[in-house]
Amino acid sequence: MVKQKWGDRLGTGFIWAIPLTITAIFLWIIGDVFWHGLGQINWQFLFTAPIDAGRSGGIAPILVSTAWILLICMGVSLPLGIGTAVLLVEFSDIKTGFGQLIRRSLDTLAGVPSIVFGLFGNALFVKVFGLGFSILSGGLTLACMVLPLLIRSTEEGLRAVPQSYRLGAASLGISQTKTLWHLILPAAMPGFVAGFVLGIGRAIAETAALIFTSGYVDRMPSSWLDSGRSLSIHIYDLAMNISNGNANAYGTATVLITLLLMINALTSWIGATWTNHHFKF
Amino acid sequence: MHLNPDLILLWLVRGLGTISAILVLLILLFLFKEAFPVLREVGIGAFFFDAVWQPTKGKFNLLPMILGTLWTTLGAMILATPLGILSAIFCQFYAPDFLAKLYRRLLELLAGIPSVVYGFWGLLVLVPMINRIQPPGASVLAGILILTLMILPTIALIADASFAKVPTSYLTGSQALGISQWGMVWGVAVPAAKSGLMTAGILATGRALGETMAVLMVCGNVVKTPTGLFDPVRTLTANIALEMAYALGDHRSALFVSGLMLMVVVIGLIAVAEWVVAEGKNYG
Amino acid sequence: MGWLGKTLLMAGLGLSLWGCGQSASEQQTKLVLTGSSTVAPLANELGKKFEAQNPGVRVDVQTGGSSRGFADASQGLNDLGMVSRDLTDDEKAEFQDWAIAKDGIAIIVHQDNPLTTLSDNEVTAIYLDKTNDWQALGGDTGQITVVNKAEGRSTLELFLKYFDLENGEIQADVVIGDNQQGIKTVAGNPQAIAYVSIGAAEQEIAQGTPIKLLAMDGVEATTENIKNGTFPLSRTLNLVSQGAPNPLAQQFIQFAQSPEAYAVVEAQSFVPLDSQKAKAKDLAPQS
Repeated sequence: MVKQKWGDRLGTGFIWAIPLTITAIFLWIIGDVFWHGLGQINWQFLFTAPIDAGRSGGIAPILVSTAWILLICMGVSLPLGIGTAVLLVEFSDIKTGFGQLIRRSLDTLAGVPSIVFGLFGNALFVKVFGLGFSILSGGLTLACMVLPLLIRSTEEGLRAVPQSYRLGAASLGISQTKTLWHLILPAAMPGFVAGFVLGIGRAIAETAALIFTSGYVDRMPSSWLDSGRSLSIHIYDLAMNISNGNANAYGTATVLITLLLMINALTSWIGATWTNHHFKF
Repeated sequence: MHLNPDLILLWLVRGLGTISAILVLLILLFLFKEAFPVLREVGIGAFFFDAVWQPTKGKFNLLPMILGTLWTTLGAMILATPLGILSAIFCQFYAPDFLAKLYRRLLELLAGIPSVVYGFWGLLVLVPMINRIQPPGASVLAGILILTLMILPTIALIADASFAKVPTSYLTGSQALGISQWGMVWGVAVPAAKSGLMTAGILATGRALGETMAVLMVCGNVVKTPTGLFDPVRTLTANIALEMAYALGDHRSALFVSGLMLMVVVIGLIAVAEWVVAEGKNYG
Repeated sequence: MGWLGKTLLMAGLGLSLWGCGQSASEQQTKLVLTGSSTVAPLANELGKKFEAQNPGVRVDVQTGGSSRGFADASQGLNDLGMVSRDLTDDEKAEFQDWAIAKDGIAIIVHQDNPLTTLSDNEVTAIYLDKTNDWQALGGDTGQITVVNKAEGRSTLELFLKYFDLENGEIQADVVIGDNQQGIKTVAGNPQAIAYVSIGAAEQEIAQGTPIKLLAMDGVEATTENIKNGTFPLSRTLNLVSQGAPNPLAQQFIQFAQSPEAYAVVEAQSFVPLDSQKAKAKDLAPQS
């Protein structure tokens, strides 16, 4: 009995040690990036173009390209995602037929490595559609990538809408379209927003899917058909290819992580608001 | 003619749903279309039995890269699985509530850090450290460590969710029997959450296999089957990222073959995961 | 709350439609150059000057290796291809080419490496892993980190050809993509050895990057020695197109070959072609 207690204590100690270590490593990574990066960031860094392949100057065109890529990505994936989620929740049986098929293919899509999305985007958007290395190609590729995430989250939002809404509307003779538009979609709003934010988080972090689709021209894009470099590609290029590029790579990484932290905070805020207010319509 | 808006809506969402559903097929189709020329020319065997990887000279041996992917993934799984599961156990059974919540948030953050940032940190911190032990530093070991950090949150979060689903009655029951906490966790909770834990492992394997940028940045990318932890290595994904921009004709086609291989393995893994979940539902 | 949802939906739909519309309009003021990563920095700088002289014009440069320069040119994916080597006879039959500068390929090591020259045999031995410690070559003790280039690069091809090596025999420790990556790897590792474009290396040395160029079989790797033709491993940097280039591309070629461009070429540590011709003329009567 005594022996077991000792074993138990040892186990407890061990189990506490692991999260401590992981937290320490996390702080190390984030601390390292912020420690070196925060000093780089000022208005000039955010609002001027890179000079000398990014060794000096700022990241303004990169921020603009990133924003355009994200906008195209979400603009395309949002209607697709919401439509599919509505189909899955409102119009099909979970266990059978078409719905099951879609779900299965989405599960697979969620597991596809990002580099494979890159190959696909290169073959379809860059070559077949003839969009070339462009912000449009990159955005469309990312749209395919974030779709499963978006659909899952929207689906959860729709499923959280009480069944009584639908039954009530149906008993009043309100058409399904009107019910959806005026009742269910507004009620499922937190789900969309959560999906939207998660999707942006995933897309903004992506590199591998973009190197052969959006390309890496670090200039201010003048149209969607120009190649544009995203924040993550900029970090990669500065880190791997540009000697003396580390300082600005740290700066860019700090900007990227700060954006992600904001996105993360937003997601959990939505999560909290959702659970608190959901049934107070 | 009167159009029923409900019907329009139905067909609209069906249309959108179909697009979403055929994306995977489209990806497979395009990978295959681009991979086909070289497959027809040299056959699948060339990718395993050619002497070397010299795609510009018609030699396509992918085996060193396949083994590279295998070793780094395996190594990362061996490290990350126990750490991830123990992290989940910590959250569910050991930590006070606020600490568990905090740790979960941290894991979510870790899961969201871009792979290029992990790679950057690995390149500047980890690789020089390993270089001091044994040069060149960029190595299988660096890849394994970075991948471990990247997939650990996936494992921990899924494992945590599946522990949360274990019926409380199991746990209170074992407590009533006077079993120690350690005994309860290993004797009751882990077996009960088995299928969830396996799913966590499988999904994390998929993530590790497909990871590109971080591995590309810390592994050295030499096409040679590694003989030790300190040898440099090139994974299938790194091979695509490194050579795609310069690849033409059969070379490009060969890179799509490796993409196709990745895709097939990932689909296989997902099928296994689904099977595990189904089994878990039947017998859990 | 409902209006927000609808707005989002509409915005999404609107955006995707706008995206389709946008893709149809192509601008004619854009010049796309793709190909060699050695030529790319030069093309970029030339492009900037060209843009300044021709307001409204935009020059986009994408790297992807000399072979991509050819391939894109034949598929019409670029206006001009960038090629960092001399054209073969077959290629000359298919493409028009315009030389814009000369460059060499040389061995680089870390600044702290005491060596200043390596013979061709020594380089071969290092790359075949027959020599694997700097001490054997008279340097400090330390395992040599061999940096090689990835498949598909013309710098690799020229290196292999010059040293009569097969890529399969090379025992590399690190494989890199672009010149810049090789330089960065060597700058961060005192034991490393790599081969890169002399232009790119001198450019980096001027920036304070801790690397140095080694003499090759006793010949200093300098732009001067490329200029006078004594450096053994040199190459021409070319622009190529299949058939006649479009007017804007023609204008760019003219600019790139004009005396105006020489300063840019020299600032990038490459050798302007005309100075070479001039040199050759000077030398001709004496020999």
